[in-house]
Amino acid sequence: MIHSLFLINHTGDIFLEKHWKSVISRSVCDYFFEAKEKAVDPENVPPVLQTPHHYLITIYRGKLFFLSVIQTEVPPLFVIEFLHRVADTFQDYFGECSEVIIKDNVVTVYELLEEMLDNGFPLATESNVLKEMIRPPTILRSVVNTLTGSSNVGDTLPTGQLSNIPWRRAGVKYTNNEAYFDVIEEIDAILDKSGTTVFAEIQGVIEACVRLTGMPDLTLSFMNPRLLDDVSFHPCVRFKRWESERVLSFIPPDGNFTLMTYHVSSQNLVAIPVYVKQNISFFETGNCGRLDITIGPKQTMGKTVEGLMVTVHMPKAVLSTNLTASQGNYTYDLATKVLVWDVGKLNPQKLPNLRGSLSMQAGAPKPEENPSLNIDLKIQQLAISGLKVSRLDMYGEKYKPFKGVKYVTKAGKFQVRT
Amino acid sequence: KSAEYVYLSSMSTSALYNDQGGAEAAVEAGQESTPTSSSTGAAFGLFSADFKKNEDLKEMLESNKESLKLEAMKRVVGLIAKGKNASELFPAVVKNVASKNIELKKLVYVYLVRYAEEQQDLALLSISTFQRALKDPNQFIRASALRVLSSIRVPIIVPIMMLAIKEAAADLSPYVRKTSAHAIQKLFSLDPDQKEQLIEVIEKLLKDKSTLVAGSVVMAFEEVCPDRIDLIHKNYRKLCNLLVDVEEWGQVVIISMLTRYARTQFTSPWKENNEKTFYDSDSEEKKGQIEAKPYIMDPDHRLLLRNTKPLLQSRNTAVVMSVAQLYWHLAPKHEVSIVTKSLVRLLRSHREVQYIVLQNIATMSIQRKGMFEPFMKSFYVRSTDATHIKTLKLEILTNLANEANISTILREFQTYVKSQDKAFAAATIQAIGRCATNISEVTDTCLNGLVLLLSNRDETVVAESVVVIKKLLQTQPTQHSEIIKHMAKLFDNITVPMARASILWLMGEYCERVPKIAPDVLRKMAKTFTIEEDIVKLQTVNLAAKLYLTNSKQTKLLTQYILNLGKYDQNYDIRDRTRFIRQLIVPSEKNGALNKYARRILLAPKPAPVLESAFKDRDRYQLGTLSHSLNIKATGYQELSDWPAVAPDQSVRNVEVIEPVRN
Repeated sequence: MIHSLFLINHTGDIFLEKHWKSVISRSVCDYFFEAKEKAVDPENVPPVLQTPHHYLITIYRGKLFFLSVIQTEVPPLFVIEFLHRVADTFQDYFGECSEVIIKDNVVTVYELLEEMLDNGFPLATESNVLKEMIRPPTILRSVVNTLTGSSNVGDTLPTGQLSNIPWRRAGVKYTNNEAYFDVIEEIDAILDKSGTTVFAEIQGVIEACVRLTGMPDLTLSFMNPRLLDDVSFHPCVRFKRWESERVLSFIPPDGNFTLMTYHVSSQNLVAIPVYVKQNISFFETGNCGRLDITIGPKQTMGKTVEGLMVTVHMPKAVLSTNLTASQGNYTYDLATKVLVWDVGKLNPQKLPNLRGSLSMQAGAPKPEENPSLNIDLKIQQLAISGLKVSRLDMYGEKYKPFKGVKYVTKAGKFQVRT
Repeated sequence: KSAEYVYLSSMSTSALYNDQGGAEAAVEAGQESTPTSSSTGAAFGLFSADFKKNEDLKEMLESNKESLKLEAMKRVVGLIAKGKNASELFPAVVKNVASKNIELKKLVYVYLVRYAEEQQDLALLSISTFQRALKDPNQFIRASALRVLSSIRVPIIVPIMMLAIKEAAADLSPYVRKTSAHAIQKLFSLDPDQKEQLIEVIEKLLKDKSTLVAGSVVMAFEEVCPDRIDLIHKNYRKLCNLLVDVEEWGQVVIISMLTRYARTQFTSPWKENNEKTFYDSDSEEKKGQIEAKPYIMDPDHRLLLRNTKPLLQSRNTAVVMSVAQLYWHLAPKHEVSIVTKSLVRLLRSHREVQYIVLQNIATMSIQRKGMFEPFMKSFYVRSTDATHIKTLKLEILTNLANEANISTILREFQTYVKSQDKAFAAATIQAIGRCATNISEVTDTCLNGLVLLLSNRDETVVAESVVVIKKLLQTQPTQHSEIIKHMAKLFDNITVPMARASILWLMGEYCERVPKIAPDVLRKMAKTFTIEEDIVKLQTVNLAAKLYLTNSKQTKLLTQYILNLGKYDQNYDIRDRTRFIRQLIVPSEKNGALNKYARRILLAPKPAPVLESAFKDRDRYQLGTLSHSLNIKATGYQELSDWPAVAPDQSVRNVEVIEPVRN
């Protein structure tokens, strides 16, 4: 399936290559560079490309291109999903997925890639399984290894590979047994000029961090599971119990994982936590424009809005900005034409405001369209959909674990058209 | 490859080799060269520093210290990862293949697999080690040995590989059996002549009840003998029942294979298809037979649909997509819509995932608007979307447009037309054009909107509007002389060649409706003819010819002037066209026959262009495939067959011992 993999940084250097079948010359990447040149922006490079003898499927993540070479028919999503899984694994092992980190850990990276694919077909992609075979690097371990001559590579088959629950390693032991669940909801919305909601929906995810000894069997239930319209699960969740009882029943992987993602039915009205009053205008003459943005709380359910941030992609003709922020700081990047206003906490008594003038390139025509505003925000201890976890039960083990649930609401793709 | 060849042959004479090392290597070598290497180094004074460095590695590999060897192997793997050549270390590396240190051993394996093809003779030295490891009591060691042995692409060991695969396929450990399924594909690509023997192994492994093996053996089946559908019969129900417990990647492969299988074994659940066979059947007897038997879904067909449905909830986007395509190709029409929500959910995933899913939705939404209409707003474009995502969303919105929602969609399009991304704005104009032709209620509204865009500042927007207006006017030729006049007025300010050409064509085609303006436009063109682009020149000639036929009194001289310019143009197309037109329209002694018909030829009523989606008929390819994504038939693409008119024997899937379904 996947013939070769090339890792390419954003300037176009190939800094790692791995082949699972016969070696393919790196000149195959030239077709990709051609497409990259044409696309200007790295995000605009088409993910699937055809060359005379091969097909190239690429993902762009963390300023790196993961380019895979394919020779025969394969579902493109299969490859894309796998490449993202590779990037996830690097992130999991090294804390971040960047060129420097990959170069520093090139041997571990190579060992991982070797285990993840056999003959181009995924072999082991579960983090729990991989970590038993190749231990993630830590300073302590590398010191110990140099002294004792032991290695980071296991010599027995990970237990998960054989069992029906490949995601959990055997023999897990903790002195403090704990299970944390983060319910994170993101509001995706498009608001139009007048503040009317064009489109809004809530996407949720439950991130879990489970450190429990042995083979715990957990059941997580909700007060209001009917809210959940469409769900997707980690493979550990027993689908039949969800169908019949609307509870999540599972033997968890060890460590951090995404338990489920969900979508709250679009029939429900979505609460929009803030309103934005804005006025951006460009004048016909004088090469200048005005900008005035005020943000206020709307439906916050009595909680505080934090981490408020406004990002504006200005038209190319805007040379510089001369603005005053009543709260927070703003920056304008001259090269990318991106205006970022970092507001911070929203104070309902004193609404934050950003206003001032924009100066334009002389002779440039007045922009047709005003730029839209992208809003970021965070509300702690609130799931905006109203979803509530009612209880977590554990079976199969005798100890009493510490259990915790946290809620947070964020802005997802939250855009205000102007 | 040729570069590599030169490099290898010049190894001992070094000239090219030096170039490869470069400054960076020299610096590294400076730091790393040890006193021990200097004695050998002196003898190779002429050689590059890079070579010395590899000498250094060689000594480390040959030392007695495990840690030094490991350090050296790590650096060698670093070289391989960078794509640098480390093949001359082969003899030194291969000695360590039997090392006790598992990490060292694994790194040697990495090296072997990379270079064995180039150093076949030396690679053979390692074979006996693997043969021994294949008998190791540790299943992990057995599996790794088979993995490496089968990855060494050396034709001489084909019989050894074959034997190893056969033994591993009968191993007690399912993990080793899984590895053997992968090895089948490797051996097949090395030596396709082994096909028959390999099929026997596949047949055996298909019977395996382990969820670990299922995905890999089906993958082998797909690569080696995808046409041997008969091997699947007995395993069909087992595969359906195992599916939920197979790992995610195997699920994708199995679902895709079962989709193809089902299309050969079951009759169509789609009504219109049944009717077709009904009418097609010419013999009375057959007709009666089918009439008597209303469609009942084969229980095995139902089993597949039922067992794949839960996988729509998978976190793996490829699994969700594969179930969606299975429903699209196999389910009764009214059941297909259960996949909608899950597909829309995938739009929250990475940009690349969105791209593929949107492509598939675009194809689906042409045939089944209803499936995605309730989720129309999920396809609204954000200014931060990548261009290819924007274009696909636009495509889908256009497909979803109907009388009820068109006003909402057009309002949304108005925002897009103003986009700073001009290519996207142009695509929106085309989309408006498509909506206008598909929904007659809004044609005039759209047309007026497009005319307003003609005064837009941006050239591409204007050009695209002209082109789309031209197409719309063709579909509705009556009473649009006002718009044509308006366009004639704007003509002087429009510079994009395609737009100028389109306006000229419109003038010519409808010259009788704008009798005063058309000759004036021709007059202007006569002045600028020589500096115009080729397509504009061709349309000028065209306009001249049409005016000559309808209004020769005013335009005779102008036409002759333009034809003369065209006759000596640098472009041969234009010279040819000019000559052809002259012969056609200007009467002379020789060309009596065609001249009579000139008017009917040039001014014949022309069929209106059809504005249709680029995704129309894309579903000739199985959804979710690479072929569908690229809209070409990719290498190794397996066609989905049409439903059989009469179902083949169902009993082939019966298994003697019916086991209880475990789940």
